[in-house]
Formats: sequence, C-alpha cells, structure tokens
Amino acid sequence: MTTSSRGTTRVPAVLVLEDGRIFRGRAYGAVGETFGEAVFSTGMTGYQETLTDPSYHRQVVVMTAPHVGNTGVNDEDPESRRIWVAGYVVRDPARVPSNWRSRRSLDEELAAQGVVGISGIDTRALTRHLRERGAMRVGIFSGDAVRDEAALLARVKEAPEMVGADLAAEVATKEAYVVPAIGDKKFTVAAVDLGIKGMTPHRMAERGIEVHVLPATATVEDVYAVRPDGVFFSNGPGDPATADHPVSVMRGVLERGTPLFGICFGNQILGRALGFGTYKLKYGHRGINQPVQDRTTGKVEVTAHNHGFAVDAPTDQVSDTPFGRAEVSHVCLNDNVVEGLQLLDKPAFSVQYHPEAAAGPHDAAYLFDRFVSLMEGQRA
Amino acid sequence: MPKRTDIQSVLVIGSGPIVIGQAAEFDYSGTQACRVLRSEGLRVVLVNSNPATIMTDPEIADATYVEPITPEFVEKIIAKERPDALLPTLGGQTALNTAISLHENGVLERYGVELIGANVEAIHKGEDRDLFKGVVEEVRKKTGHGESARSVICHTMDDVLQGVDTLGGYPVVVRPSFTMGGAGSGFAHDEEELRRIAGQGLTLSPTTEVLLEESILGWKEYELELMRDKNDNVVVVCSIENFDPMGVHTGDSITVAPAMTLTDREYQTLRDVGIAIIREVGVDTGGCNIQFAVNPEDGRVIVIEMNPRVSRSSALASKATGFPIAKIAAKLAVGYTLDEIPNDITRETPASFEPTLDYVVVKAPRFAFEKFPSADSTLTTTMKSVGEAMAIGRNFTEAFQKALRSLEKKGSQFAFTGEPGDKAALLEEAVRPTDGRINTVMQAIRAGATAEEVFAYTKIDPWFVDQLFLIKEIADELAEAPELTRDLLAEAKRHGFSDQQIAEIRGLREDVVREVRHTLGIRPVYKTVDTCAAEFAARTPYFYSSYDEESEVAPREKPAVIILGSGPNRIGQGIEFDYSCVHASFALSDAGYETVMVNCNPETVSTDYDTSDRLYFEPLTLEDVLEIVHAERQAGPVAGVVVQLGGQTPLGLSQALKDNGVPIVGTSPEAIHAAEDRGAFGRVLAEAGLPAPKHGTATTFAQAKTIADEIGYPVLVRPSYVLGGRGMEIVYDEARLQSYIAESTEISPSRPVLVDRFLDDAIEIDVDALYDGEELYLGGVMEHIEEAGIHSGDSACALPPITLGGFDIKRLRASTEAIARGVGVRGLINIQFALAGDILYVLEANPRASRTVPFTSKATAVPLAKAAARISLGATVAELREEGLLPKNGDGGTIPLDAPISVKEAVMPWSRFRDIHGRGVDTVLGPEMRSTGEVMGIDSVFGTAYAKSQAGAYGPLPTKGRAFISVANRDKRSMIFPARELVAHGFELLATSGTAEVLKRNGINATLVRKQSEGVGPNGEKTIVQLIHDGEVDLIVNTPYGTGGRLDGWEIRTAAVSRSVPCLTTVQALAAAVQGIDALNHGDVGVRSLQEHAEFLTAARD
Repeated sequence: MTTSSRGTTRVPAVLVLEDGRIFRGRAYGAVGETFGEAVFSTGMTGYQETLTDPSYHRQVVVMTAPHVGNTGVNDEDPESRRIWVAGYVVRDPARVPSNWRSRRSLDEELAAQGVVGISGIDTRALTRHLRERGAMRVGIFSGDAVRDEAALLARVKEAPEMVGADLAAEVATKEAYVVPAIGDKKFTVAAVDLGIKGMTPHRMAERGIEVHVLPATATVEDVYAVRPDGVFFSNGPGDPATADHPVSVMRGVLERGTPLFGICFGNQILGRALGFGTYKLKYGHRGINQPVQDRTTGKVEVTAHNHGFAVDAPTDQVSDTPFGRAEVSHVCLNDNVVEGLQLLDKPAFSVQYHPEAAAGPHDAAYLFDRFVSLMEGQRA
Repeated sequence: MPKRTDIQSVLVIGSGPIVIGQAAEFDYSGTQACRVLRSEGLRVVLVNSNPATIMTDPEIADATYVEPITPEFVEKIIAKERPDALLPTLGGQTALNTAISLHENGVLERYGVELIGANVEAIHKGEDRDLFKGVVEEVRKKTGHGESARSVICHTMDDVLQGVDTLGGYPVVVRPSFTMGGAGSGFAHDEEELRRIAGQGLTLSPTTEVLLEESILGWKEYELELMRDKNDNVVVVCSIENFDPMGVHTGDSITVAPAMTLTDREYQTLRDVGIAIIREVGVDTGGCNIQFAVNPEDGRVIVIEMNPRVSRSSALASKATGFPIAKIAAKLAVGYTLDEIPNDITRETPASFEPTLDYVVVKAPRFAFEKFPSADSTLTTTMKSVGEAMAIGRNFTEAFQKALRSLEKKGSQFAFTGEPGDKAALLEEAVRPTDGRINTVMQAIRAGATAEEVFAYTKIDPWFVDQLFLIKEIADELAEAPELTRDLLAEAKRHGFSDQQIAEIRGLREDVVREVRHTLGIRPVYKTVDTCAAEFAARTPYFYSSYDEESEVAPREKPAVIILGSGPNRIGQGIEFDYSCVHASFALSDAGYETVMVNCNPETVSTDYDTSDRLYFEPLTLEDVLEIVHAERQAGPVAGVVVQLGGQTPLGLSQALKDNGVPIVGTSPEAIHAAEDRGAFGRVLAEAGLPAPKHGTATTFAQAKTIADEIGYPVLVRPSYVLGGRGMEIVYDEARLQSYIAESTEISPSRPVLVDRFLDDAIEIDVDALYDGEELYLGGVMEHIEEAGIHSGDSACALPPITLGGFDIKRLRASTEAIARGVGVRGLINIQFALAGDILYVLEANPRASRTVPFTSKATAVPLAKAAARISLGATVAELREEGLLPKNGDGGTIPLDAPISVKEAVMPWSRFRDIHGRGVDTVLGPEMRSTGEVMGIDSVFGTAYAKSQAGAYGPLPTKGRAFISVANRDKRSMIFPARELVAHGFELLATSGTAEVLKRNGINATLVRKQSEGVGPNGEKTIVQLIHDGEVDLIVNTPYGTGGRLDGWEIRTAAVSRSVPCLTTVQALAAAVQGIDALNHGDVGVRSLQEHAEFLTAARD
C-alpha cells in the first residue's frame, strides 16, 4: 500500500453499480472486493452503531455525512460482536480520531475486520442516483481487484439480490443467552434474535426485564420454555417474505395471548402473521431524523430507521385479522409508510423503526414502557 | 389543529439599530415572520427604529412604525393600533426586554394584548440565571445529564468579592443578567479585573445582577437550535460546534455545523438535555438556542445558557440547514404544529423532522479592531465582532478556506510563503484568542509545531488541528511539486485552496492558475442545500460550490441577472447594502428576469432562499464569481451582473469581471473608475465647473508637506480606495502629518495618500440620485447635523434639509446632474457636498448605492434601489415614472414644506471595547466611520424627530435634571444659546472652571464641579467623573479639544458610556438636542406609520 505524506491511502478503488454507473475513489478499510445491496444512510452521528447493526448484513452502506471516523472507535458503542456491513462508502475519512473514549481509528477497525470500503467519491451524486433508481446491487473493488469496467460490472450482476434473501439466521446468535435485569427483576422476556442490536435487550434490562435471547430458529416450545411474561421479535436483515419460520412462531405467541412487541423485522413479521403483505421500498428509510406520528396521540417523534421493506396495511381503517382487530399505530410523515401496528383485542404491537435508537434520538423509548405496561396488564 | 382564529392582528417588535451582538439576523428573522403572518391573513403591525431593514419596508407589514423601541413609544402604538397579540421573540433581546416591560407595567393587560411565541414565565426561566440553574437541576434529575457551572448570584460588589471565595478563587467568569450579546461579561483573573467587570456588569444589567461562575476555559463548546410546538413536539434543527474552545463568545468564534467531534451517544445526551430544557423552561411555541460546554477529558456536560427566542445562531442554523426557524416560529406562534407545516425545500415532507447535512458549514467572524486602535483585541465572552461570513463545502477544509476568503480582509486567508517565524513565540501568541489567531496557529504549524503542541497551547480539538495539518501538507505538496498536475490541483481545490493561494505558493499569477485549471477541466460543481442529504428531491435552488463530480444547476429559459451582495457586515458596509440588493432582486424579478443572488453573509435577507430565484452562498471573490457566471451561462442566458448595490465589495470586482468578459449592467467599470480616481474625478469636476476643496496626492511625507503648506492646515488625509473613512484623519500640524505618513503602511504609487483642505465649520450635505443618461431623479438631500469632518456614516442628518433653501437645492441638483453625466452613471450615485460660506464644494462621489439609500427611500416613500436596478438594465426615469415605480411628478428635491422631517442618527459601539488596561475607549467622532448602525426618527418638526432618533439610538433625551457642559474653546460661543435654553427648561448646569466662567459672563448660572485631574475636594466634593459614575448627571456635553481626542474629557466620555448617560460630543448635536428637549417638553409626541407617511407624500405630489 502506498501512502502519501498526508497519511491518506492512495490505493485506487472503484465502485460499480449494477446499472453500470461507476465512481472512482480510493480504498478505505480493507483492500479487495465486496458485493452487496447499495443503500444510503443519512445519520450524521453513530457510524459505529450503524456498522455493527446486523440489519445491514449484505448491504454496502453509503454515508451521506461527508466526515466519517472523527471520533474513532471505542469499545462501548458497537451494537453487536462485529461489523456487518458488506462494504462502506464515505467521502472524507478522518485521519486522526478525536474523542476521550476512542481506542483506535475506524480505518484500522475496518481493515482488521476485513471490510472493504471506498472513500473520496461524490457520495451525494451516488445517493441521488440511488434515490432516483432505487437500491441496487453494487461492488467495490480496490488494489488487485480492480480490472476493466465490463468485467467488474459482470461480477456485480452475479451477486445475489436482496429480494428473496433469508438472512436472519446468518446474523442471529446460535446459542441462547440471558441479559440480566438491571436492579430488581420484574419480568422475563423471550427475545427472538433475528439480528438483534445490543441496545434493545439493554433498554429492556433497564426496566427490570430479564431478557432471554433465543436463536432465530427457536420454536414456540423454546419460547415458552423460559416462562416469558412477554415475547419480543427483533430487527434483522433480509426479505420478510422469506421469514416463514418466525411468522409461524409469532402466530403461536398470538394464539396464546402473551404480550408481544416487535421492532423492525419484528414489525414485518407481525404484519405477515396478521395476514398483511410486505413490499420493498424504492430506496428504504435509513437515518436518524425520520418523523413518525403516533396516531393514538397525534404526537410526532423523531426516530431512527433502517428498513428497506415495509408492511402493506391500510392506514385509514381498522382491519380484521385472525387475531382480532388491528390498526396502523404509527406512520412516517415523510411518505406515509406504515411504521407501527397494534392489535386492539390482544396485547401485541410492533414498530418498524428503532425505539432503542443507537444510533439516533431517544424520542420513542416510551415504547419499551408500553411493553412493560402490557406485561403488567396481563399480570393484573 | 390549524391556525388560531381568535387573533386578527399581531404587533411584531424588531431589534432596532444594528449593534454588536444584535445585527442583520433579526431583519432576516423579522422579515420572514411578518411575511408569514400576513400570508396567514393577519394584520401585522411592526415597530422598528432601524430604517436600513427590509422588514420596515412598507409592503412587509400593514402598519410600519419607524419609532423608538421603548415601552413608552410601543405603548402609543398599541393604543393606536389595538393589536390582539404581541410577538416578541423575533427582535432579539431588545424586543424581549420591551415586551417584558410592557407586561410588567400593565400595558398589555390594559389593552388586552396577548403575548404569543413566548410566555413571561418562560422568558424569566430562560434568562434569569438563578431560575435557569433550577431548570438545569430539574433536567439533571430527569435525564441524568447536564449541570450548571458552579456559580453565585450577586447584586452588590460585596456579594461579588465574597463569591470568588465561594467558588474557590480566580479565574472566574462574570455574566450580567438580561444583557444581549454577552454585553459586560468577561473573565476576571484578579480583584482589579473583577471590580471593573462586575462593576460594569451590575450597571448594565437591568436587574443589577451578575453571575459569578467557575471557569471552564478550554472545554469544547456546542450549541443546539430547538423548536417546540403546542403539542409538545420538539425537533433539534441544528448542532453547532465551536472551533474555538470555551472562553470566546460564540459570536466571535469560528463555528462549524454540524458538530464534528461527537459520538452519537454524546450527541444524544446533548439532545436529551436540550429537549428537557425547552420543556422545563416552557417555551411552548417557538425556538430556542442552548449552549453547552463539554469537558474533552471525560465528557462532563455543562449547560451554559439558553435564549428563549430567535437568535444570531438560529439565523445561522437556518442558513446552514435550509430550515427557516423564524418563519416556522411565527407559524407555531399562531397555532400551527410542526407536522402541519410543510418543509419549503422538499415541499412534500413536513417540518417535524431534523435536518441532516451532507456538507459542512463554517462561520467565521469579522472584526473591526482597526477602527479602535486602543481597544484590547483579546476575544472574551463579550462579543466584539461586527459581522460574519458563512461558507459551505463538501468537507471541512473546503468550507473553512472558503469562509476565510469570504471575510474579504487582508491576511484572512492562510498564507504559505515567507518565513513563518519562531515556533515557540507563535505558540505562545496562539494562547491568546484574537482576530486572526487561526493564522498564527497555521504559522506555528509551518514553523514545526506538532499537533500535540497546538492542542496544548490552544485547546482546539485535535480533529480540527489535524484538518489544519491537512491544509498545510497540501500547501507543501503544491510548493514542492515539479508541476501542477491535474490530480494535485484537483486535490488542492477539493480542500478549498483558492486560485490566488495556489498562485502565491507557486509564484504564478492568479489568472494563470485559473487558466491552467480550466485547461485541465477542473471546475467546481454546485450542490443543493436540501435539509435531507438528498433523501428527497429539493425544489429550492439554494446552491454552494464544491470540487466534486455532479452539478445540480438546472437549465433555465429566462435571462438571468446576477446580483452581487456585500459580504460580511463591517463598519462602513452593513445591512444598508443588503437592503439595496434585496430590492434589486424583487424589482428585477417583477420585471421578468430570473434573479441570481451571490452572497456569503448568513445574517441577511439576501441569503434567504426565498428572496431570489436562485441563491449561491459563495465568497465574493473574482474566482468564485467567475465560476458562478460560468455555471449560470451553461444554464441559460445571462443578462448581466449588478455590482453597484452591494457596496465596495462588488464594485471592486467590476473591472476584473469585465476584463474576463462578464457583462456589467448599469454604471460601467470605467465610470466607476472616473469617480474613484482623484485625477479622473478632478477632470469631471473641472469640466462641469464645480469646485472641490484644494487637494493633492502624495506618496511621501515631503510631497504631503508641500501640498499641506500650499493649501494650509488643517488638512484631511486619507488613503485612496477605502470605504468608511478607514485611516482618515484631520491633521492640524506638520508634526502629526509626518507621523501619519510614517504610520501608514499601505502607501504606494498605486495607493497614494489624499491630502485635502479641511473645511472648518462647513455644512455637510449628502445627495442620493438616480441617473439614466438623460434624466436625473434627485432621490433625497440630507443635511448633516454634525459639521464636515465627521464621517457621514457617523453623523446625524435630516431630510428634507432643515436650513437649506430652494436656491441651495437648485445648485445641488445642477451639480449632481453634471457629475452624474460627467462620470457616466446609469443607476444610483451618492455625492457628498460641503457648503462653506457660500461655496458648494464637492467632497466625493460614489457611483453606487450608498449607505443612505434605505433612509432616503423611507423618508421620501420612493424605492430608489428598485429603480436603480431597473435603470441598470435599461429602463429610463421617464418609463419608471410612467410605471409608477417613481412618482409621476417631482422628486426628493421637491418635498412639500409641511412634510414631516426624518432624522437619521448613527449608533456607536463604544461600550463593547476596552483597552488592555480595561478602560473604555474614547467616544469622539471623527472622519473615520465607527458606527455599526442607525435609527430613524420621523415627526412633523425637527426637534421631535431628533428626540425620537436619540431615543431610538441611545435612550430618551432627559427633559430635566443636571446637565454637565464642558466644551473646547472654539465651541464656547456656539454653546451659550443652547445652554441658556437648557436652563430655561429647568436643567441645573454643571461645569468645570473654564466653561463655568464663560457661562457666568453670559449671565448663565452653572454649578462648579471638580475636574478629574483636580481630585476629590477637601470636603469630599466629588469630581465630575465620580458624579457621572454615581448616576448624578443626566446629560453630558463634552466636545474634544483638538482632534486626538485622547487627551482631556476622555474619562468623562467613557464614564458616560459605562453609565449610559446621553453624551453629546459636538455643539451641533447640543443645538439639535435642545430642540428635541423643547419638543418633548411641549406636549404629547405622537406616532405615525410609514404607510400614513407615504400616503401624505403621494397626495402632496399629485
């Protein structure tokens, strides 16, 4: 690797989109090649949380914020055990991290975890392209992987598509584990891990919940083996249309009437369990500034999003489902996409966005309290 | 729940004259708010004493009162207009304080006026230091974060001295309560400093209260801008990080948006605390600004303060994000919620979101220390900058270097040639925050300082320090490269290097670098500020340049006119020029052109994305303007560039633009030269047979002496090509002439010193006029109150002139026309005349919009800048008369005799500055302009109009009490009649021995008081300075002896400033003040709206 006097790498890198658009920049992180679905994230803070969010598995993330890596990498902020993004696209990576908690640079961390990235490209042009054409497959090539453009484009087109991908099992824990309650234990929750972020069980633990995190393959029997007061379905990567197993587990939970809460992928699974369809958004919601309205109170919360698929449910009426009446509880005010569902006759609700934040605003943290009240209500 | 239906009319209070800490940003906010309220169908009543604002244009509100913003006058307006509600959060601290007074004295209740946008309790909780501490404690209980710096509240000097012990010793921060822009606050390192700062703070605070606080110098400083609606929805519009760590007022810091060095956890902590604060304080419909300090070692968060109103930072945040805070605050105040308000830029998404940026914004302050040579240039918690520039780039280095060149000040850009100097000395120098410290830091880096050393000395965050190293390393590469390759040049541009910087480093000419760059195909692209990092399509063409790949400038059909703005506000070039540019944009848009605004001043209306069809937020340098012209020519036809409305900045570019093939509309660059060049202008005058004071130009003392000997002392000396009388001085003798030449650093054959005969006792006259090549429209004639020799920008003036007759106007008209024709003006011209004896001398002519255009326009109810813009593009005066833009008959020289008199008064920034010993700077007026703003008083007679102008500028004239008089010998004769009048109005006169004697001889009784030099008397008799400090004097008249002004009287005048006692420094001002006092003592002073004024004038003209 050649390094200029300014410490920035000069290894050329190429980003190739499946529709043939090409951006040339410099290698960032590991040198080599990588493929995935190109998506953009508009958060200005929280790159460490983003990188380690399992929902980004198999996606190449384009950061719209130009400066990335300024606060380095610390040991407290990751949301899981590793970086999940398939590739990373930034404009101006930091040369020097600066933060009292920083332990190492992001560049080093990406290289150490083998994450191929590219820097120095017009990320705004790329974002506008994805906004207009929709999320699509992409390849990043650097160092020896750089070849003629036609060959690179052919490689990109060979990569698998996101539609139809069943990925939760790839990122979820293989073994069940327990996150103990902080302070007095009040409840037990079985959390089905479809790609859970570390902050989610933490938010529950803060509220006196002992969280039993179960693998994605957990059965209804496994769930009830922990004698849960409530059941939780996490976020995760992939196409919800493929998630037949978790959908059937959730139906089992709904039949028993155990308080249920889902986030993100969990929301889509609730949608499917209730009989609604899911569909792929043109370019998804990925950022920490999204306005969501809680239709029960009319209040708007600024929320963290990371979803490429959404539930197709009617927003203007109550629907009848096999588990009783259901309604859309939350919508995104930018585009009216369904952001939350709730059952009116059973203690079950879910949101498409991330009340656990990390990264993002804490406006929606009340939803964990709502889950607690459901469990309290069931006990009473 | 949409708009409230119980409010039909709203009173909006503006912020008054431009002063340090309260500037054009409130015109931007207020204008937005008034427009929004009117579009909601509400009747808008506005009060603002500042004529140089867009908000006081008659079409912005339904009833516009250019009256003093005092509780007395606002009450008169309320009584007359009976508004349903008062919106006080858009006019800075002035409006908020006035609203609180009106609440406390029962006026609002008496007239049934509801305070909207903020409630009194919230204002108190946000602004009262003690209450706010309670707020922060509550918030800590709820969020687990945030605390106040340890502090004590003091009401007396004894409290203050004890307080230091409570806090554990020096240094401590002193903050007076309820003052704006941090006025009167500062760091005290010992008891002497403490006594001085706290003493002044107790005086300045309307509640005689100061806060003493532990020092958090060197911590990281952040700001958040928040908005909340009546449904308790809260959004954080913007985060701002200060490049300069704690210790420098945020208005004086280089600031960056968004925050660059926070992890998400830390940012969310600030956000949680901020939201909890706005809720706890109880701002229910509007915005607020919260400032935080973060300890870089452990992340401890201290909440510094909050402003429960629109502020300078909110204006910056609006420009930085595209989220119009003031506009939305106004909508929230009348009942809307955030989710009901569409985002203007995307049109499809609501305002209930948080903008996300895919670029970096840097703001840099502009100072005017050169105007106050005795002032201490150390930056503290008292704001001292007079303006600011903002720049946008796709990375920090690009935005930062653009911001520095936007400052348009010699030495503001980084220089990489020459010896940097001694590293140790540079680092030592960099410890003290000053204007230009950043350049010192860069020189230290060039001299070999390490990043660790820079941080140790300055506490500038290591990430920012590394960015400075990055810039320096690129400069090194540029210097060392065998040739300018495409990659290297592109890389340098990507990090914000100007062609000029590259030229300097490579030893080339700037135009050569540009040519190479263009040959290599390296040009900027233009990106859009869209609030959402491209997630949604933007409908508003608000652009900034970047050396990136894809441009977003859309093609257009209509011919475009590019209007060059005036850049950062500075003394001599302020909001008045922005006013003219905005008017041009409106007028040309109406005339069917596509208007394109270029400016880099975030405070202004011109940089509102709503003002023009396209906005380029860019530096006003030749390079940046040429690139914009290129981009716009790619997009469609360009009719031309308007340079005559933005002051000296665009005017200075006109020739170079023309040389580069850019069409300049209106007055040609050659004509501009004819007015600015002494020789050329002399020929114009000679051909027209007009006299100018005798003069000459010199580049050496010997030459200057020869000229002065020939024309006789006193002489007026000044450098050529300057604005605001920079470096101008009246020289009374040869010795001073010699030292003046020796001190002048910029003298060269191309920049000689001008030596003019100084006209003692002359009446100075300003004329604004329009000329289309055939016909002259005399816009207005202003007679100065102060005599010639005091800069016209600092002098009060009256329109119509109060002592000039029809014959004088006729002569002025003829002379103005001759000059306009001789120079070749197409548009506006401003000429300064001096009437000495019976001779009308021409002092100077400026072929551009002048500082007085807004005043003249308002006083005569004719939009001169709009007309000028149209004339520039080929319309004639006759056509504009026909169209109705100009009156059908008559002009500013034919104002009826019974028309009201308008008086303009300048506002001086004395109280902001201290010398290095902590003493005030002298307040004497001179030929160098030092005022920051102006007010207008309008009434049927001169005395009342003058009294209103004083009330608007400095607070009401006293109508009784004690007046101290001490004048220079040459003024003693002129003093007698006004002094007698003061006695007749019941004033007790105080005078020192010399003046008292003259008064006595003229039969006027005066109480003898001791001079400061005489010290306290044997029986404890106080000196005059002590009397002033003790609040025992109500009016001070003190004219300086000689011109140095730093000799006698200085302590009297600085005491007057610190006690806020009206202080008149010329006998002409005394005479005017006496007329004002007379008017105030003779019955009720009324208020009249500009609309009523215009109606009167229009009727009189028909």
